[in-house]
Amino acid sequence: MDRLLFGDNQFFGVNHMSEEKARAQAVRFRETSAVIDVLDAALDEGIRTFMCTTHDRIAEVCEHMRALPERYRDYVFYPCMPYAHKYNNAVTELGMLGAVKKFLPEGGLVDAALAGGAAFARKDIDRMTRLLIDAEMKMFEGLKTPVIFLQNVVVDFLMGLGFKEAFRIFAVHVKERYNAEPGYITMNMPRLLDVLEEVGVENPIVCANINKIGFRMCGGIDLYEKTLATRKFRPIAMSVLASGAIPAREAIDYVCGLPNVQAIVFGASSRGNIRETKRLVAEKWAA
Amino acid sequence: MVTLGIIGLGKMGLSHLSILNTHPDVQVVGVCDPTGYVLDVIHKYAGFATFPDHRALIDNAKPDAVVVATPSRTHAEICSYAVERGLHVFVEKPFCLSVEEGRELAELAARRSVVNQVGYHYRFVGAFREVKRLLAAGAIGAVHNFRVEAYGPVVLQPKGGTWRSSKTEGGGCLYDYASHAANLVTNLFGMPAGVGGSVMQSVFSKGVDDEVYATLYHADGVSGQLCVNWSDETHRKMSLRVEIWGRNGKINADRQECQVYLRGGTRPDLKLDAGWTTFYTTELTAPVRYYVRGEEYSAQLDYFIDCIVNARRENESDFASALETDRVLDMIQRDAALGPRVTGSDAEQQPVSAAPGGWRETLIRWLGGKPALQKVS
Repeated sequence: MDRLLFGDNQFFGVNHMSEEKARAQAVRFRETSAVIDVLDAALDEGIRTFMCTTHDRIAEVCEHMRALPERYRDYVFYPCMPYAHKYNNAVTELGMLGAVKKFLPEGGLVDAALAGGAAFARKDIDRMTRLLIDAEMKMFEGLKTPVIFLQNVVVDFLMGLGFKEAFRIFAVHVKERYNAEPGYITMNMPRLLDVLEEVGVENPIVCANINKIGFRMCGGIDLYEKTLATRKFRPIAMSVLASGAIPAREAIDYVCGLPNVQAIVFGASSRGNIRETKRLVAEKWAA
Repeated sequence: MVTLGIIGLGKMGLSHLSILNTHPDVQVVGVCDPTGYVLDVIHKYAGFATFPDHRALIDNAKPDAVVVATPSRTHAEICSYAVERGLHVFVEKPFCLSVEEGRELAELAARRSVVNQVGYHYRFVGAFREVKRLLAAGAIGAVHNFRVEAYGPVVLQPKGGTWRSSKTEGGGCLYDYASHAANLVTNLFGMPAGVGGSVMQSVFSKGVDDEVYATLYHADGVSGQLCVNWSDETHRKMSLRVEIWGRNGKINADRQECQVYLRGGTRPDLKLDAGWTTFYTTELTAPVRYYVRGEEYSAQLDYFIDCIVNARRENESDFASALETDRVLDMIQRDAALGPRVTGSDAEQQPVSAAPGGWRETLIRWLGGKPALQKVS
């Protein structure tokens, strides 16, 4: 795993600090070529892992990279699924079942499962989960995806319900079908580690907010630091700048000084910022 | 330990269940939903006790409190059943579809002295809480106008098969997005004396509104606009914002930030400079115990449990405050049904009613001076 991973929030109008900035970014990146230009700039700086949501527009990025196999020979995607707003809006509009039907390639599966008297068998859930994963992964065909992540809203929602089995189904399927490692994004890192241990996912890859001000680190910064120091897992730090609340050097000094952090995922829209982040991290982690 | 039942396992019910199930002071003793497969899955995979309906859940599992997240039409009946039995109730928004039912329920909850709360989660968003604090401290002087807006991408094509596309079930943008906007209005500025210029119309939906606009008239010369449209995909998700003009400045706020402009002088007590001061979500948002989809969703539920545990009966977003929101929605609905009353060359002092062809057609015919006018009774 590379130590610096490139994130994609900036491309899709996600900005936790300002809706105005988010909109300006959405305008700037309205053409996929603008996204690719930034990815190319990052690649030229040696950042070759793109940790991205399974947003429809990523399919266009994938298309571009497939067409230039030489240029992107070493390029790596870490898909994060699902793109939650797609499902969220569909559930509001169509209901829970309607949304699942909409995104399943075999819409008839849901009807077939329900035909047996409104009871889902265990194998139905297992099969449906696999099909949903496959639907999200379709855009990455022929590209390298060594780690596949489940998005935090899904991880934390399922963990809250106690639907722990889902994490195991996910792990088994991405290993079997994609020869990839499962990754889990969460806002509740210490608790998730307990659950993953319980369902037998060993030495898990867990991506969580890790920043100096404790922003969206449920359980608190002290528990996070203790967890990093004592538990066996492969943490990836995200939101290290806490959406810009912490100056870059201070933010990176903090995260790079923590034990066991394997990688940092960061977003940037300009070559200058990419280079600066890389420089600051290299100073701390002789990469 | 608070024993809890969850009534309704749609999107919000499941979200609430996920957050509350992790609460150290809560034991979920039962869930119910009319949909068999949801109950089945939730029982098999998460191990919850399931019941076919709210009566069975309440009578058998005997929880201390319930969360009601069913289609809006059913809120009044289910909440009454729970409150009559002395249960604390958290119900999803909107409160009730009928103002009369809502009033009875709010009175009942007050009489029974149970904790009662409605899921207007924007009341737990740091930026909007800051706005309320700043207004109360007179930061921008006397407010004279405001604009509350909500936009987002819910209905983007002409279809729909859930209760949300049925008017009698409480579907439509008015009871969904616009209820949050109306709730923000009453929270910040109190109950309007009246509304005017209301427009509710469909963009894509059949039978329900996709956008709602209204002018709100408050006491002391304060007025404002409410603008809501859930067929706007330029917003990634629902975006609620407010802009407020006062004699001494202005406030802009949304979920992410609160910006204040002072016309002259500073307010060190409020950390406000002359000109613009911005507060960001990272400084305005308190950490939560368990995060699923935004701090405010966790904060409102933990607050509900806290009110029960600490026997607090005067709470944020209670039934009485949500009833005010229902009353505003009711005013907008009645006003919109009257059709446009416009001032123009031929239009002075003559109201038009909405004709079957829709108000736009009516207005066009009418401004053309030809069609027969219908008097509003």
